[in-house]
Amino acid sequence: MSFARGKLTAVMGGSGCGKTTVLRLLGGQVRANSGKVLFENEDVSLLNNEELMRVRRKMGMLFQFGALFTDMSVFENVAFPMREHTSLDEEAITDLVMLKLNAVGLRNARDLMPSQISGGMARRVAFARAVALDPPLIMYDEPFAGLDPIALGVTARLIKEMNNALEATSILVTHDVPETFGIADYVYFIANGKIAAEGTPTELMKSEDLFVRQFIDAQPDGPVPFHYPGKTLRDDFGIRGSAS
Amino acid sequence: MNVLVDRITRLGGFVRLNIAGIGHATAMFITVIRRSIGLLKRFRLVSDQVFFLGNYSFVIIAVSGLFVGFVLGLQGYYTLNRYGSEQALGLLVALSLTRELGPVVTALLFAGRAGTSLTAEIGLMKAGEQLSAMEMMAVDPVARVIAPRFWAGVIAMPILAAIFSAVGIVGGYLVGVPLIGVDSGAFWSQMQGGVDVLKDVGNGVIKSVVFGIAVTFIALYQGYESKPTPEGVSLATTRTVVISSLAVLALDFLLTAVMFST
Repeated sequence: MSFARGKLTAVMGGSGCGKTTVLRLLGGQVRANSGKVLFENEDVSLLNNEELMRVRRKMGMLFQFGALFTDMSVFENVAFPMREHTSLDEEAITDLVMLKLNAVGLRNARDLMPSQISGGMARRVAFARAVALDPPLIMYDEPFAGLDPIALGVTARLIKEMNNALEATSILVTHDVPETFGIADYVYFIANGKIAAEGTPTELMKSEDLFVRQFIDAQPDGPVPFHYPGKTLRDDFGIRGSAS
Repeated sequence: MNVLVDRITRLGGFVRLNIAGIGHATAMFITVIRRSIGLLKRFRLVSDQVFFLGNYSFVIIAVSGLFVGFVLGLQGYYTLNRYGSEQALGLLVALSLTRELGPVVTALLFAGRAGTSLTAEIGLMKAGEQLSAMEMMAVDPVARVIAPRFWAGVIAMPILAAIFSAVGIVGGYLVGVPLIGVDSGAFWSQMQGGVDVLKDVGNGVIKSVVFGIAVTFIALYQGYESKPTPEGVSLATTRTVVISSLAVLALDFLLTAVMFST
């Protein structure tokens, strides 16, 4: 699996198939048992703690539910990476935070606490925080989960715009087909721990692969079965012979 | 035979798990100490937490101190009165508080009030992926979140114990002097003459620092290692109270044996 520089690549698949693990492998939060995880020609799995911290400064990650610091205001959340990693003065930090919050439409929500904003807004604040230091790699973990249609459209537009504006490499982990196909340059489908299919959204829309079709058409049964594997219905109800 | 083997296996597993747990906690403790160096440059992180933890516990500790002082005044008077030494009430109240009750009761109350709050806070930060987010922002959660809270607990505990003892002495005075009628001058002069700054107050302070280290570390460790689920956080909070209370009482015995054995 590779992610082209400057492109928006999506990793899709059912719940629990290991999509988020791909991001955690890239961020070094999970170490690879085998194989290599290369970021700018460095194997992330082999780095020590200090080296990992250095590499992570070039990454931004948007967590599924934002993961905002609940004891800090919206402003302080976005300012956090700047305060930790730069020696900018307060005036410069204020200007930068306001620019980032303006980009996500939440400039006027700067003084609110995370408990006072909606899930969609929290996702946008987390988005501003993830791109606070303009990282060359941005990872999005299920950015569309649990959003209303308006917030969903806003988030998708922001991801695309940010990818273009920063010329960053973006990795989008999701199972939302319409929004992802609207913005992604390339898509990987994961199933059973392997890449089940890959291609551009246009190629995948035409795909005849059964798994891809089931996923795109949201079919309840197919290569991913509806019933949890185990005994058959006949066995459970004790039906003998050829009764239908 | 199989039942016996099964029980021995379980016992072995239990012992092994606990030894591994102690090793893990020790490694974490060393990590917290090592990563605390950076706090010297950013002491604001610690002082903010001292303020929070102090505020959390101040009221409960002051009120408890007052009532413990009241009870000490009453019980002390009844006992001393038997031997005609009620003039020594001030000394008894002060020694009981500075040597034992101040550090111990403060630590137990701190574990119940601030300790549980620390565990729940860290546990919920973990459950909400805030610690993961911090890691991904190349910020070490141990250095940024755990270490400041740890040192804040270590600093806050002796201050709170001092408040407890001071309020307790006032409580003992109120019951002993205005209520029962012990001579005010004797109450204070016996205390002044009989309490040794280093041996009594100093050892009490050392005790409360040790309790501060134990209680705060246990609370933070339980939160940091809790399962990121509502049940996990709830279990960790309960464990904080149980383990830190037992640790305080056990440490108190050890410290008392060492400090006051001669």
